[in-house]
Amino acid sequence: MPAPRTVYLDHSASTPCDPQVVEAMMPYFSEVYGNSSSSHSFGRKAEMAIEDARESIARVLNCKPTEIVFTSGGSESDNLAVRGAGWMQRAHGKGAHLITTPVEHSAVSAPIKQMAGLQGFKATFLPVSSEAWVDPEDLAAHLRDDTAVVSVIYANNEVGTVAPIPQLAALAHTRGALFHTDAVQAAGQLNLDVQALGVDLMSLSAHKFYGPKGVGALYIRDGLDLVSAQAGGSHERGRRAGTHNTPFIVGMAKALEIAHAEREARTAHYRAMRDLLIDGILTRVPDVLLTGHREQRLPSHASFIVRGVDSSKLLMHLDMRGVAASGGSACKTGNPEPSGVLLAMGYSPEDATGSLRLTVGHHTTADDITYAVETVRASVEKLRALAKMFAS
Amino acid sequence: MTDNTSNTPKRVVVAMSGGVDSSVSAALLVEQGYEVIGMMMKLWAEETVDASCNTHNRCCTPEQLDDARRIADKLGIPFYVLDTKDVFRAYIVEYFLDMHRKALTPNPCIECNRHIRFTWLYENARAIDADYLATGHYARVTQDADGTYQLRKGLDEAKDQSYVLSVLTQEHLAHTLFPIGGYPKPQVREIAARFGLPTASKADSQDLCFLGDGDYRRFLREYAPEALTPGQIVLQDGTPVGEHTGLANYTVGQRKGLNVYGAVPLFVIDSDPARNALIVGPREQLGSDDLTAHRVSWISGHAPDGAIRAQVKIRYKSTPADAWITPLDDGERVHIRFDNPLRDITPGQGAVMYDGDRVLGAGIIERRPQQAPETQPSHLETASPA
Repeated sequence: MPAPRTVYLDHSASTPCDPQVVEAMMPYFSEVYGNSSSSHSFGRKAEMAIEDARESIARVLNCKPTEIVFTSGGSESDNLAVRGAGWMQRAHGKGAHLITTPVEHSAVSAPIKQMAGLQGFKATFLPVSSEAWVDPEDLAAHLRDDTAVVSVIYANNEVGTVAPIPQLAALAHTRGALFHTDAVQAAGQLNLDVQALGVDLMSLSAHKFYGPKGVGALYIRDGLDLVSAQAGGSHERGRRAGTHNTPFIVGMAKALEIAHAEREARTAHYRAMRDLLIDGILTRVPDVLLTGHREQRLPSHASFIVRGVDSSKLLMHLDMRGVAASGGSACKTGNPEPSGVLLAMGYSPEDATGSLRLTVGHHTTADDITYAVETVRASVEKLRALAKMFAS
Repeated sequence: MTDNTSNTPKRVVVAMSGGVDSSVSAALLVEQGYEVIGMMMKLWAEETVDASCNTHNRCCTPEQLDDARRIADKLGIPFYVLDTKDVFRAYIVEYFLDMHRKALTPNPCIECNRHIRFTWLYENARAIDADYLATGHYARVTQDADGTYQLRKGLDEAKDQSYVLSVLTQEHLAHTLFPIGGYPKPQVREIAARFGLPTASKADSQDLCFLGDGDYRRFLREYAPEALTPGQIVLQDGTPVGEHTGLANYTVGQRKGLNVYGAVPLFVIDSDPARNALIVGPREQLGSDDLTAHRVSWISGHAPDGAIRAQVKIRYKSTPADAWITPLDDGERVHIRFDNPLRDITPGQGAVMYDGDRVLGAGIIERRPQQAPETQPSHLETASPA
């Protein structure tokens, strides 16, 4: 018996590819199939499409097209930014001190830990508040003359908190450090103007804003001679080797164009749905906390701690009733480590295992929210009764 | 009870391991028209660390997990992994250690079926409105005219696993399916091939899945060193003949590794945890024609009023032995007298009573009351009896 209805509330994990995006991509599979590096007419057509895409993205980011590097997605962009900038800074004698936060996506924190563990870098993890807020004063206190790179996530993937990027970036620059932000969750919802943000490096991933999976971009401020993390051919001016994925790059540009044009209407809808969801969960489900910042929050993002409930079981119960949710970040191993983000925010390991993330999209309706809230309520009730049976 | 002809398909949760038996079970249920949901329990186990600094345990490895998920995908069924570590550690690993602290030889698989598979997982299946829990065990369930459910041996007697399922209840049996219980193992492999499923077997269920390396003595040294206190090896009359390295290191009937030498070969007869003494004796003292068992349950749904004839298995792989069963203490305990003496009656193991291929009930073998020793125990006496 299939679930009576399905409600997708995991837009932070991925979004459906917009049909207009798919349409824009289609010619670049079998019609315009040349390698953009080839000098013949086939290659030139592909190159044309890629450079148009680059310009289109640059318009949204308010930067030069040459400042955009195409990658395979958010994780690659983060790795290239953190490693490439760190290695470059050290090579230029700036130093080997990295500053980040304990609430980053692992695509930022893992390379930083690796650089600290294997390559002689020093890493500082700033404190965060119980709402995952990064206080600029804490950054000011930890900046040093040898600080090479500061990386702070724009909108947190697990708890939705939006960081004060312009202030943090300006502070980093006072000590000559480069500033990177992972804007993977922010893209499509928050301001991506790199001049206004003041960032030197910014990561994007297309499938979070109704584009295809497997393609992303990194904004690299002019003049930064980043060391390539993936070496090889001279694609992307030597900063990222590998044949261009023409259709996906075209798709990403189209998706960002649409997201940018419709940003106000979309985020107004997200906010309305999200607030319905937060109110519904907090009033209908007992012993639940909202995690992350109440106001400085991604419009599409609601996240909770459901006390006394194992998140993976809650997700199973929701899935059985057609509601697609997440425990904070994707984990299907059955080996749930309490989320490091929630621990850094000061939650106990017990609380952290009860995390629930519900993220809305532009197809989400008020009916969906009503159904989801009731489903969460009923599932939590069952699981709490079950947990009581096995309480030791 | 495998009838599934009504209009709404019955919902079944299959406990999946990634191995051939549970995979074929899931496939057969899908074919029979059930709404099938795969679940895998992530149990507690010692962790080992690989070259990439990832920790693994022998049970529920990432590979097994991927195998099970891939099989579920192929069968088009949902698949979930449930974190079962805390409850498994509390009920099974602690039980295993406690029994060894009392110099008893536990069968953790029996307790796992009792507490984890058919209680914890069963309740989790019920919580998602499943009608049945299915496993890849070689056993069968039938229903009698009086409505009671009967657990029967798997058709493939060499693979039969009814021994470790003997502690289930009538309620469990009413909601349990063993889809491969009616097939011989080679045919199960054929079915796997027909469905395009992997045909490799998982480790047999008598393995101690939570050990990092399969060495339970090493495990005890780390987790319950007090179960390995050296003491005296004595004859039944109390005469010391040597030193043992900890009672948990020995099993009834063992001869090798004792390092005691007498006029005749000496065997482990019993142990006396009160004195931390290992009791040895010549072959003639080994074995007995009776035992008592406690924690008795009657899975058949009929506790006997008086003595009955039955065949009894005293270990997972032992041959059923004819015996008289006499209920004691309102059926909570039983006395079992075998027609012929058995050599390896081991306190802590299950005594499972059969009527042919039908399981009547089961209990845990008790330690035989100690004979008063003729000489006083040594300085190695331990303070607290089990």
